[in-house]
Amino acid sequence: MKAKHQRLVLLLLALAALIGATLLAIYALRDQASYFYVPTDFAENPPEPGQAIRLGGMVETGTLVTQPDGVTVQFMVQDGEARVPVTYTGILPDLFVEGSGVVADGRMDANGTFVAETLLAKHDENYMPRELEGMTTAEVREEVQETVQ
Amino acid sequence: MIPEIGLAALWLAAALALLQLVAGFAGARMEGVAFAALARPAAAVQGVLCLIAFASLVYVFAITDLSVKLVATNSHSMKPLIFKLSGTWGNHEGSMLLWITVMAIAGGAIALIERRLPERTMMATLAAQAFVGLGFYAFLLLSSNPFERLVEIPPEGNGLNPLLQDIGLAFHPPTLYIGYVGLSVAFSFALGALLTRQVNPNFARVMRPWVLAAWIFLTVGITAGSYWAYYELGWGGWWFWDPVENASLMPWLAATALLHSASVLAARDALRTWTIMLGVIAFSMSMVGTFLVRSGILTSVHAFAVDPERGSFILALLVLYIGGALVAFALRANTIAEGERFSVLSREGALVINNVALSAILGIVLLGTLYPLLTEAFDVRVSVGPPYFNPVGAVFFLPMLLVLMVGPLLRWRSDESGRLVKPLALVVAVMLTVLIRALFYDDIPILPLLGLVAAFGVGVASFLPLLGRSLRRTPLAVWGMCVAHFGVAVAVFGMAADSAFQQERLVAAAVGDAVEVGPWTGRLDSVNALAGQNWTAMQANMHLSYEGGPEREAHPQSRNFWTPVMETSEVALLTRWNGQLYVAVGNQSEDGRWQLRLWWKPFVTFIWYGGLLIALGGALALVGRVVTDLRRRRPGEVDEGPDAPEVVPA
Repeated sequence: MKAKHQRLVLLLLALAALIGATLLAIYALRDQASYFYVPTDFAENPPEPGQAIRLGGMVETGTLVTQPDGVTVQFMVQDGEARVPVTYTGILPDLFVEGSGVVADGRMDANGTFVAETLLAKHDENYMPRELEGMTTAEVREEVQETVQ
Repeated sequence: MIPEIGLAALWLAAALALLQLVAGFAGARMEGVAFAALARPAAAVQGVLCLIAFASLVYVFAITDLSVKLVATNSHSMKPLIFKLSGTWGNHEGSMLLWITVMAIAGGAIALIERRLPERTMMATLAAQAFVGLGFYAFLLLSSNPFERLVEIPPEGNGLNPLLQDIGLAFHPPTLYIGYVGLSVAFSFALGALLTRQVNPNFARVMRPWVLAAWIFLTVGITAGSYWAYYELGWGGWWFWDPVENASLMPWLAATALLHSASVLAARDALRTWTIMLGVIAFSMSMVGTFLVRSGILTSVHAFAVDPERGSFILALLVLYIGGALVAFALRANTIAEGERFSVLSREGALVINNVALSAILGIVLLGTLYPLLTEAFDVRVSVGPPYFNPVGAVFFLPMLLVLMVGPLLRWRSDESGRLVKPLALVVAVMLTVLIRALFYDDIPILPLLGLVAAFGVGVASFLPLLGRSLRRTPLAVWGMCVAHFGVAVAVFGMAADSAFQQERLVAAAVGDAVEVGPWTGRLDSVNALAGQNWTAMQANMHLSYEGGPEREAHPQSRNFWTPVMETSEVALLTRWNGQLYVAVGNQSEDGRWQLRLWWKPFVTFIWYGGLLIALGGALALVGRVVTDLRRRRPGEVDEGPDAPEVVPA
């Protein structure tokens, strides 16, 4: 190969890699568009069990139950339209209380329960899951309706 | 009086930046303009003035002068002194003042030290540096005055976010900022060379140590930030793909690519326009990062001191600088002569692949970080997290590790594959051994498995370039490369081992209960209340032993701060050479038991040792380069011409 041809090979390689990266990123990001769920979405568009999901909503008052093992909790997350049962095993965030907003990363199990791996509650004025920033139940519902339309 | 001195110094510095811009521009246009001689002193004095301004702000924080608005809103007289000092940069105004101070000092340093560039290029560089600086002076003086006084002096300040009251975090932002802002020098050099069309090996050799210095600080800053997030957030993770973390990773990726392409330009006069482009991109990524972090446009666990209104100012600067640089690039790039040719199978070829892979990863991180912003414009809220970044990034990261094993063994210009068979056979043998050994463990997920194999391969390969050399006569820069590459192996090993072998245990324990995780056994002895200078805590006291060895104490706390009100988790870490036990304490349940979360994290510390080794490699290379330059300059003080050949380490 002549030097010129070799440079062409390098250039094509570089182009292919960059285009490949972009396509791969866009393809993977399209998955992420369905990554964030509010409870109503589960009825409309049920996710596969085991698929990684971020669930957002409000912790329904009066539903928080601690299991005998002392580290597993169950509660309902609702958005005014629908509710999803959630279990979480771990140390609850300090500001996690009934009636407040929560964002949970996790997966649906075969029984229709959301198994949360991490929980984010309103932490302080400096950090709040963006998806639920300053929302009341009514606004969560509004938000859900907007997204569904 | 002190705040006014600081403010006056800042205004003077801004005026000098304007002078530097005009003088530098004149000097770049024409040789021998007397006026241009002002550019260098203007840059140097500017650095001193900014330092005075910054010292004034540190002083008002140290004495908690509540008549200064910034102190009243961000500090508190009860705070320990060290956090009063670090509070100086733990807020928007203070961190922007730190930014401009670092930038002015860097500008002053190049003005005083750098004599190897052609004078016109140097003047253009100083003009570019002043131009970028002026935007930040305007930002600081017109919209974020850190020295603003209050008419009514409050009896007490608001305090500092407790998450920031940590010794690790006190010195983390300055480190990161030196790296971030240091890249402005690369930007200015790139623009300067572009304007005078002096893109050649000499230019690369001049720019390289500056980029290297910034890159070392950036590496240390990212490593420290990762460790801080690991022990302070109490979640047991060391990287969250959080926008703020990505904001520091993106300039690092660009700067890493820039360092490697500058090496090609310095040694072989190839990749001219590409190097200029990376110089522009690296600092642009610093600015994109600052915009993301400071504007509050993306929420993040680390985004402190955000203010949406100021985001638009930074965005305007961002558009002005990146846009301007790209226009200059578009207009000038085709006038830069093509560099030397090379074969695909050569050192240059490998470095091009490394650059492409780093750029691809940079693109992936950038897209992932900005994607939630893009979709929000269409009212779709998404969160992009590890399920995207890990696999997509790995597609390019793992092949890059393969190139890293081969590249340093190749000769410049062109090489034959036959020469590589013997050394690479050794690497492949090591990798196969690790692979077979790893298959004895069940359930190692594919990415950690590949990571482990690649880590050992890179670990062995990183020292192969030393084979057949006299170790004493090997240039420091080559040692630096070997150490930095070995650091990559160490870090990758830590990441892979932590995700493959981590064990977790979550229990609700009553006092006296036994707890165990992995090879550790122990018990909860007691839980007691505790008070600090500005917090109270519940502290769990435990004794734990590794495989029946001597008992060690662990005291995780759940802390409550009262100014502002906030709870934090202070984890206990028991470190061994082969890993770390991570213990966090949670709430008390109704029946009086305490939640305890324990992780046994094999080799997790290697992640940060690796980061430090990478920085150490950079430091060795920097020292080596500077020493070589000094030696070369001494005999007869001959100024090398723009195309002087470099002694290339063969």
